[in-house]
Amino acid sequence: MLLKDEVAIITGAARGIGRSIAEKFASQGANLAIIDVNLEAAEQTAGELARQYGVKTMAARTDVSNAEDVDAMVKKVLDTFGRIDILVNNAGVTRDNLMLRMKDEEWDLVININLKGVFVCTRSVVRHMAKARKGNIINIASVVGQMGNAGQANYTASKGGVIALTKTTAREFAGRNVRVNAVAPGFINTAMTEVLSEQVKTEMLRQVPLDRMGEPEDIANGCLFLASGMSAYITGHVLAINGGMLMQ
Amino acid sequence: MSEAEVFEKVKEIIIDHLGVDEADVKMEASLVDDLKADSLDTVEMIMSLEEEFQIDIEDSEAESLKTVGDAVRFIAERSGK
Ligand SMILES: NC(=O)c1ccc[n+]([C@@H]2O[C@H](COP(=O)([O-])OP(=O)(O)OC[C@H]3O[C@@H](n4cnc5c(N)ncnc54)[C@H](O)[C@@H]3O)[C@@H](O)[C@H]2O)c1
Repeated sequence: MLLKDEVAIITGAARGIGRSIAEKFASQGANLAIIDVNLEAAEQTAGELARQYGVKTMAARTDVSNAEDVDAMVKKVLDTFGRIDILVNNAGVTRDNLMLRMKDEEWDLVININLKGVFVCTRSVVRHMAKARKGNIINIASVVGQMGNAGQANYTASKGGVIALTKTTAREFAGRNVRVNAVAPGFINTAMTEVLSEQVKTEMLRQVPLDRMGEPEDIANGCLFLASGMSAYITGHVLAINGGMLMQ
Repeated sequence: MSEAEVFEKVKEIIIDHLGVDEADVKMEASLVDDLKADSLDTVEMIMSLEEEFQIDIEDSEAESLKTVGDAVRFIAERSGK
């Protein structure tokens, strides 16, 4: 097992990609803090994974963009598990609109959750990792943060910001043995993409050389690699998991 | 809290963060030049001091703390009130 007895905080882990990452880590022996704004679903996920994989789990209702919420959550995780080895900043939302129609509220909400949320969670957790001289942070970005996407000014800016923040965090804490990397998923089969029309989906798939949508587990596999010692010499990297949609 | 009491706690925190020898943590020792604290060490120590002594240290104040003695005197005064 690659993560035996390590403690991982995963945000937005009640469902979707976050849940799949949580499940992958549980299968490798990690104990989990399942963080989400949706407490009921987070508790259900935490319960199911504990039963299925025999690891310890806890759930907490936390808005990642609220520093007070986050600090309280981190304290609770430390009280429960006594350590934090891995943080996966996965919570994210979309509020798509063409630029000319985009409201300030849509911009602010997405930047706050997707970008400020990563900063707030990282700031709160990384001090403990720095002190322990060991830690691993994985930020979930997006292929559109690398290439832009019409109708997603707020979202693409937030994800581009996450990529830059990943590199800065990696530089600031490399000397403390804390590795920080990003994963940039392409077009993944979750609730976030389920809402798209068939026409949009077909058009998007035309851009994917591997000719299928990615599954949450494709992302979880990349996260496991980055969370484990297999990637010990990798920091500040953006791992593209996009079926070839963007090659660089 | 007396300066001597503050010094003992500050010394503990410095040793904990920098892994230096107890004998090197003298009042006149410079944090950066003698004890080899880098910028991140300094920030971490300031945060530990804030926690230990239940005080707030502004960035501008933190910048003025160059030696162990600077920190001890600052904290003794701040927490004495
Ligand atoms: N699905 C895709 O195609 C795709 C592609 C690229 C990147 N991503 C990114 O992957 C991550 C997960 O996406 P998903 O597809 O699983 O989405 P999802 O909507 O299925 O899951 C997101 C989870 O985050 C939670 N959440 C939302 N706001 C939160 C907040 N403020 N605090 C805490 N939790 C919050 C939600 O309750 C939900 O459980 C996101 O960062 C997303 O931007 C997804």
